[in-house]
Amino acid sequence: MTPMGDKRLSSDTNTLSVSVWRGDGAGGKFEIFQVPSQESQTILDVVVWIQQKIDASLAYRYACRVGMCGSCAMMVNGQPRWTCRTHVQKVARDNRLEIAPLRNLPVIKDLATDMDPFFEKWVRAESVFHPTGTRDDEIVRVDPTEPRRVEADAAIECINCAVCYAACDTVQANPDYLGPAALNRAWTLINDVKDGGRASILEAVSQEGGCHNCHAQGSCAKFCPNELSPITSIAGLKRETVKSFFGGR
Amino acid sequence: MLTLRLFMLQRLTALIMAPLVLGHLALMVYAIRGGLSTGAILARTQGSLPWALFYGTFVVAVSIHAAIGVRVIIGETLKTRGAVLNLLSLVFCGLLLFAGLRAVISVTMP
Repeated sequence: MTPMGDKRLSSDTNTLSVSVWRGDGAGGKFEIFQVPSQESQTILDVVVWIQQKIDASLAYRYACRVGMCGSCAMMVNGQPRWTCRTHVQKVARDNRLEIAPLRNLPVIKDLATDMDPFFEKWVRAESVFHPTGTRDDEIVRVDPTEPRRVEADAAIECINCAVCYAACDTVQANPDYLGPAALNRAWTLINDVKDGGRASILEAVSQEGGCHNCHAQGSCAKFCPNELSPITSIAGLKRETVKSFFGGR
Repeated sequence: MLTLRLFMLQRLTALIMAPLVLGHLALMVYAIRGGLSTGAILARTQGSLPWALFYGTFVVAVSIHAAIGVRVIIGETLKTRGAVLNLLSLVFCGLLLFAGLRAVISVTMP
């Protein structure tokens, strides 16, 4: 049974009823705000409007507003999304929205999560560049048609938004798991002719919490706003680690 | 929870199990269609080293394979890690080995 107040709001097509998570690491609750509906409005527009017009204390994070920086991801109606490129009309149900901080990450305040565990796992996965030359060397030619480069290019456009990390049920069940983004980055480095860390990357992704813990459910690929396929990258890492297990390169 | 070593152990035991399962299924079809009685089956298996090795290998492979799979389920649902998780996995492996090898011995011992 819908409460009468909510029914009135849902029938008003000019107003959005927006439940926003308010709280911190210790806990919190959803607070409902009424926001005017506008043409081509994004979820980030809604959050900004609430913070600027209703409650200046609302905490959230954003930077570029054009889908490049990966700062503004949040849970919208239970699904992780880049809020600056998500249109309200696409996701609102009966003029209602529920906006919460990203899943699988500690909350700092309201909609802002602590991204440290996410990026610490990038380092644990050895997803850092391992240079093979110095500034005095010739610049290495990269052939864009070379098969390994094609693999790397398919995975390279990650914006570090952590949408895949929030979507991943394995991360939720296994906090040690490195997660799709870190492993996807490791895969691009494995295929980078300029990276010299192949052995250390394969070693890093073969430990507890490594690529072998992926259940291949594919939420990462389903929700990636840049339409990357971390699950494919993780499958590639599994193949390469198996080869290394049998002594292959 | 799963390292490369455990992952490989699970895949390799699956490779061992696959032909053994097919062999077992073929055997079942043969035994049923041929109308072999329990006594006739036991007469063939008791004292047979090949059958003891066939089913013994299967039991060892399945005990390792299943224990690694259950290890992941235990770890993800009960949030256990480290020594406790290793112990639970080993106990489960031991239970399967005990039950399986006991059955194999009772069918193949002369």
